[in-house]
Amino acid sequence: MNMKNEAGSKDVPATVREDSDLVQVLDAEGNVLPQASVPDISDRRLLELYETIKLARHFDQRAISFQRQGRLATYAPMTGQEGSQVATSLALAEQDWLFPTYREHAAKYAHGMDLTSLFEPLRGYREGYAIPDDVNVMPEYIPIATQVPQAMGMAWGHKLQGKTDTAVLCHLGDGATSEGDFHEGLNFAGVFDVPAVFVCNNNQWAISVPRERQTASETIAEKAQAYGIDGVRVDGLDPLAVYKVASEALEKARNPGPGELRPTLIESVQYRFGAHTTADDPSVYRDESEEEVWRDRDPVDRIETYLYNEGILDSDLESEIQDRIEQEVSEAIETAEQTETSPDNIVEHVYEDVPARLEEQRDELNRLREKYDDGAFSEVLE
Amino acid sequence: MSSTASTQTGQKAQSLTLVEAIQDGLYTEMSQDDTVVVLGEDVGKNGGVFRATDQLYEEFGEDRVIDTPLAEAGIIGASIGLAQTGMKPVPEMQFMGFMYPAFDQIVSHAARLRSRSQGQYSVPMVIRAPYGGGIRAPEHHSESKEAFFVHEPGLKVVSPSTPYDAKGLLAASIHDPDPVIFLEPKLIYRAFREDVPTKPYEVSLNEAAVRREGSDISVYTWGAMTRPALIAAENLSQSHGIDVEVIDLRTLSPLDIETITESFKKTGRAAIVHEAPKTGGLGAEIATTIQEEALVHQEAPIKRIAGFDAPMPLHSLEDYYLPQAVRIQDGIRETVDF
Repeated sequence: MNMKNEAGSKDVPATVREDSDLVQVLDAEGNVLPQASVPDISDRRLLELYETIKLARHFDQRAISFQRQGRLATYAPMTGQEGSQVATSLALAEQDWLFPTYREHAAKYAHGMDLTSLFEPLRGYREGYAIPDDVNVMPEYIPIATQVPQAMGMAWGHKLQGKTDTAVLCHLGDGATSEGDFHEGLNFAGVFDVPAVFVCNNNQWAISVPRERQTASETIAEKAQAYGIDGVRVDGLDPLAVYKVASEALEKARNPGPGELRPTLIESVQYRFGAHTTADDPSVYRDESEEEVWRDRDPVDRIETYLYNEGILDSDLESEIQDRIEQEVSEAIETAEQTETSPDNIVEHVYEDVPARLEEQRDELNRLREKYDDGAFSEVLE
Repeated sequence: MSSTASTQTGQKAQSLTLVEAIQDGLYTEMSQDDTVVVLGEDVGKNGGVFRATDQLYEEFGEDRVIDTPLAEAGIIGASIGLAQTGMKPVPEMQFMGFMYPAFDQIVSHAARLRSRSQGQYSVPMVIRAPYGGGIRAPEHHSESKEAFFVHEPGLKVVSPSTPYDAKGLLAASIHDPDPVIFLEPKLIYRAFREDVPTKPYEVSLNEAAVRREGSDISVYTWGAMTRPALIAAENLSQSHGIDVEVIDLRTLSPLDIETITESFKKTGRAAIVHEAPKTGGLGAEIATTIQEEALVHQEAPIKRIAGFDAPMPLHSLEDYYLPQAVRIQDGIRETVDF
């Protein structure tokens, strides 16, 4: 038996650890903890943090609802993880790069992607994957952990070219730490000392398999030690703590002090309140009581309480923000629903130039469309 | 080593082996373009286990000829990231048989980043991998699995059969905006020499080469199998008066369908020679393409002369596994006599 898993009271799930190495600024309610170091953020920036987290929560609820209505395909919810996503992105400088997984909708939005483009792929339009020139976001990564060596490579490329004012922030999940690519990427990052920050969004579950089944190590952050890079654990449901830790890691990546290491692995300890995707039912594999413990630390409530306490937010401003958010998300889905495309998109962007054989295949399809009309292509084959 | 000579056009040339031509190609491209970097296992101080990167470390330094940790997925993943910063990585996979850990990075990302980003990002890189059998190597060192990569949209796949082509195809691959799998037939790394210009030049990634003209049958092949195919053609010409046309595909993806088809229209018969396992190999693709494009010209069944649908045996049996001239001759005769 693993003794570690037996520790703690019966009321507190094994996934919840109250430990001294966890960086926190706010308590579970949103009050500043004694001796906590509050990051230096302007009121305007704090409101941006709050509004973006609130928007992410609303986006998530609407996306799940749209999926149930058949208006979107399979969607990976982020409720519970918005605070960490938004705080890490707002810690980025504009020139920094973001490597998201399929769940970092809010992280992408906060680093410059527009909402419509997030809905379009879920509507089946690849057009939404198009990334504007001035937005330093990579496309979402679906195969687990594959982004880790790539993010390392980009950071390495910047360093080799003397461009260390640019840092790379790479998201991954707790399941990703089991993959070989995680090891290879972090190992390279340590060997070549690259300006990269890896954020493990430890949401406790890799679909149905708990964190304790991904690794027998006590924490994920401690894995950093084996790679010769820095490791930090942060309360991922505390947006101020995440912002603080991410900002410091990014600054160190860009401009390390004497003897400091550039790369950092941040373990952002959080919880996936909902399903892995809309195709998944978490009640099959986990106890609802576990979720309740985490619900008490909800990042939206905590940042809201903090802003009320500080006198930065009041009820009028809160409802103004809420109205703005709802309108923005509605408009984005409506725009996404009006997206049009053509089968020509199938052959575009496979290579810089369309190869002759692929052109022939497209021409053949267009000939058949002409002959039978597009409706014929949606008929069920029997 | 090599000697410098003048070609018929008066340009300087060196008499090089295929692996020396690759080294010369890397040297030439790295001299012209600072963004070209070589990385992999043992490519630096050691100059590569086949010496393909010999002297590059001394010439260009450790930031351009980079010894990495032993990790194929890490090398390719890192190269994808490097390419996003404007660099042109040329990662080496030490042997094709050790390429599989990197397969996910290659097919899920290198091949698809352009389409996934709707053209915003591309991966201009050249993955070099020695491949094929015949050098008495241990298990896993003789793989010929080009079909895996030919099957993946977004990749280009190249395999030279001569020193001249090796340098020119490598240059074209490095200049190409898309990811290229550059498969080096290690059986002929040092089998013969050829004059290779010292100046930079390209061999197009779109054109197969007619290595020998003939009227009775078209033999399609690439890489190390080009030599036994040519030997078989010469033998049959002398012993049986069979006039064999030998096409070296050079680029396996995209295929030069026009050259393939035109040759078949002339001869009406075809044999495809590859050392990869027969089932699902590129031979099936070529045979079907001929059927689609030129069936009415067909005089005989299309013959595949290939490796077995079995793991490459250790060296006591590899001569039976690889298509040697005797098997190629027999296959050609069977087709011509049909």
